Amino acid sequence: MSQPVYRLDNVIKRYDLREVLHVDALEVHAGEILALVGPSGSGKSTCLRLLNFLEAPTSGTIRFDGRNYGSNGSVPLDVRRRVTTVFQRPLLLNRSVQANVAYGLRLRRAPDTRARVEDALSRVGLLGLARQKGSTLSGGEAQRVALARAMALETDVLLLDEPTANLDPYNVGVIEEIIRELNVERATTMVLVTHNVFQARRLAHRVGLLLDGELVEVADVERFFAAPTDPRTLAFARGEMVY
Amino acid sequence: MAISALLDGLRQALSLILERDPALLEIVRLTFEVSGVALFFSSLIGIPLGAFLGMRRFRGRRLVISALYTGMGFPPVVIGLLVYMLLSRTGPLGQIDGDHIPRLFTPAAMMLAQTIISFPLVAGFTMAAVMGVEPHLRQQIQALGATPMQTAWAVLVEARIGVIVSIIAGFGSIISEVGAVMLVGGNIVGRTRVLTTAIVLETRKGNFDLASALGIILLGLSFMVNATMMLMQGKSFDQ
Ligand SMILES: Nc1ncnc2c1ncn2[C@@H]1O[C@H](COP(=O)(O)OP(=O)(O)O)[C@@H](O)[C@H]1O
Ligand SMILES: [Mg+2]
Repeated sequence: MSQPVYRLDNVIKRYDLREVLHVDALEVHAGEILALVGPSGSGKSTCLRLLNFLEAPTSGTIRFDGRNYGSNGSVPLDVRRRVTTVFQRPLLLNRSVQANVAYGLRLRRAPDTRARVEDALSRVGLLGLARQKGSTLSGGEAQRVALARAMALETDVLLLDEPTANLDPYNVGVIEEIIRELNVERATTMVLVTHNVFQARRLAHRVGLLLDGELVEVADVERFFAAPTDPRTLAFARGEMVY
Repeated sequence: MAISALLDGLRQALSLILERDPALLEIVRLTFEVSGVALFFSSLIGIPLGAFLGMRRFRGRRLVISALYTGMGFPPVVIGLLVYMLLSRTGPLGQIDGDHIPRLFTPAAMMLAQTIISFPLVAGFTMAAVMGVEPHLRQQIQALGATPMQTAWAVLVEARIGVIVSIIAGFGSIISEVGAVMLVGGNIVGRTRVLTTAIVLETRKGNFDLASALGIILLGLSFMVNATMMLMQGKSFDQ
């Protein structure tokens, strides 16, 4: 089997003295969609910040593409630029929609910026709003622009933090379809954070459960839902867990 | 008397402008040269300083901010006095030989004093503007692949209205300032006389008409500069 994109070992993240994330071992495979599920406050967003190298773990190692980026040492820019995130609450720049989508491409001095911006905007169905100000968009539109600006970068890894939370069913459908497309067409590796087990089931190849910062179990999607090893996984998957 | 002097002043101001009085033009030119250069340097120092203080958390930050707030309200004439002592023959800078050291009673000394007066205002207002930008935005910009410098730049662009206001505040603090430029410039005709010091002089001589004419010109020019900055800023102010 090919080398994993990420490999985390004994990764711990503390804020002040409180441990909010504890991952003994986790691999993310090339081209897969790995869903991280868990109740709110369980450390899902924190995990994505570590995977995007926005914060360093307090201890442990994060290997990316075979190289170790641990709790010390900075991550080179070209490595950072192979990963991006669609955030839970996307914030747009106070510029036009197309300028927002072009922003990351301009940072990279990428060729064909215009074409790539147009492609990304038409995929999310917002080409008609290209010239509109980012601040004038509805929640669903802003979420789709955030997806467009991330996907235009064609990074190897795309991290998605509750990309459809608080959206209407129509927008949920649109965004899920794009996630599937990107994964198939470009073989983009994805880590999808969601508190919605049904969404995990629809999209993911493998699923991991975080509870109180601890990675309880990671398994193939069928096994995760049909025959998990941990009783807490079973309870969560059946929606019996009260949170 | 006061009202009629003002009316006469207005009339005289118009005729001075229409005649293109050479002495007046020289005073206006020097006023803008001194304050323009000072504003350039105070922005060069103040904007990065304000951005840094607004975005970074470090030990001693509160102390630096307190010092900055003190600087924002510091009496300009005291800064004039400090610069005077610094540049006088027996002062620490005055003793050094060198072409790049400003001398007392030159425009360079006035520029130095005005830079010191205005940079805390530029820095303070820029800091406030930057702190008004949603902190999570920075992380999202970084996630799109921005370096720390590119991130800081993007945040400044987000805070652009506040940054322009900081420059306007800096400009306002020096274009109308008289104590410091009087001290370190000396109000020498043709060399260091600017609008404010000329107004003081003409008032003392009892030339109220000329003094009010100069005052009206100062007011008008300062309004024009601010209006131009607003125009340069374009539609951002209407959002
Ligand atoms: N910057 C921070 N400083 C202190 N505590 C934090 C910070 N970020 C997150 N936390 C805490 O870490 C825990 C996990 O948060 P998060 O990763 O956002 O959970 P989730 O995304 O699963 O809802 C929460 O209890 C949260 O309060
Ligand atoms: Mg979260």
